[in-house]
Amino acid sequence: MESVLPAVLGVLALAGGVLVFRCDSMARATFALLLSLCCVGGEVALLGLPYLGVVTVLMMIMEMVVMAVFMIAYMMNPAGLMPMSMLHNKRGSLALSAAVFAALVAAVFLVPWPDRRGGPPPDTTVQVGRALMGGQMLTMIVLGFVLLATMVGATVLATRRGRYDRFGDALDRRTPRDPVGGGVGR
Amino acid sequence: MTFELVCVLAAGLFSVGLFGALSQQSIVMIMMGIELMVGGIIVAAAAFWHFLAPAGADGQVVIVAAVVAMAVEMAMGFAVTTAIYRARQVDMTDMAGDLKG
Repeated sequence: MESVLPAVLGVLALAGGVLVFRCDSMARATFALLLSLCCVGGEVALLGLPYLGVVTVLMMIMEMVVMAVFMIAYMMNPAGLMPMSMLHNKRGSLALSAAVFAALVAAVFLVPWPDRRGGPPPDTTVQVGRALMGGQMLTMIVLGFVLLATMVGATVLATRRGRYDRFGDALDRRTPRDPVGGGVGR
Repeated sequence: MTFELVCVLAAGLFSVGLFGALSQQSIVMIMMGIELMVGGIIVAAAAFWHFLAPAGADGQVVIVAAVVAMAVEMAMGFAVTTAIYRARQVDMTDMAGDLKG
């Protein structure tokens, strides 16, 4: 059972990944990706990292639900009622990804990997927590800033009009009567 | 599962994602490809931690960074999709000629 479950999860992860680009329906593609990434989370948990595995699964569920909404909102064939192809340069992409796969597999089998050093701690969650709040604190700080910048950047990009678009850089300018045409002087 | 098999799984996920990122026309589908590639990196980092260096937390930190990269990629990807769709009614990369270098 200990070796069967990771193998099953691995095969499901790969099958889900392939299905993402084989489905006609966008919603189905999203849920195939969810299946694949949940299996990735399961694999991580089975490799002895239950906390990070569960975090991955929970995050992927939320991400894929949001992605399904965006898929249905933006894409031309959300229900997959008509078979369609949305590929360009399929042959070149296949060749390149197959070459990358072959190179990676060759590296996996040819590189003399070092022997296992030490054993896992009794609680792996404590291990990652201590690392992030200790030796890897700088990494955590950088990740925090990246997330903050992402929040600001994504909001600015997704907002139809910002404050400067409506009021210019005159901070004491009176609020215009809405609705306005949009833009300074426009 | 041996170290090599888990790494082959990671390589497979990365390559399938690479195919999607290179071949898809829709911006959202390209994002799905990138998610799969990062998924492969997560599996590889977990394998490195488990089979090579479980005493240190480096593999776990790489997974945390990869998960953050996934979140950032999704948020910025959706924001860019929203912005370009609002400006040009475009959700396909082939139609987004403005971004050509």
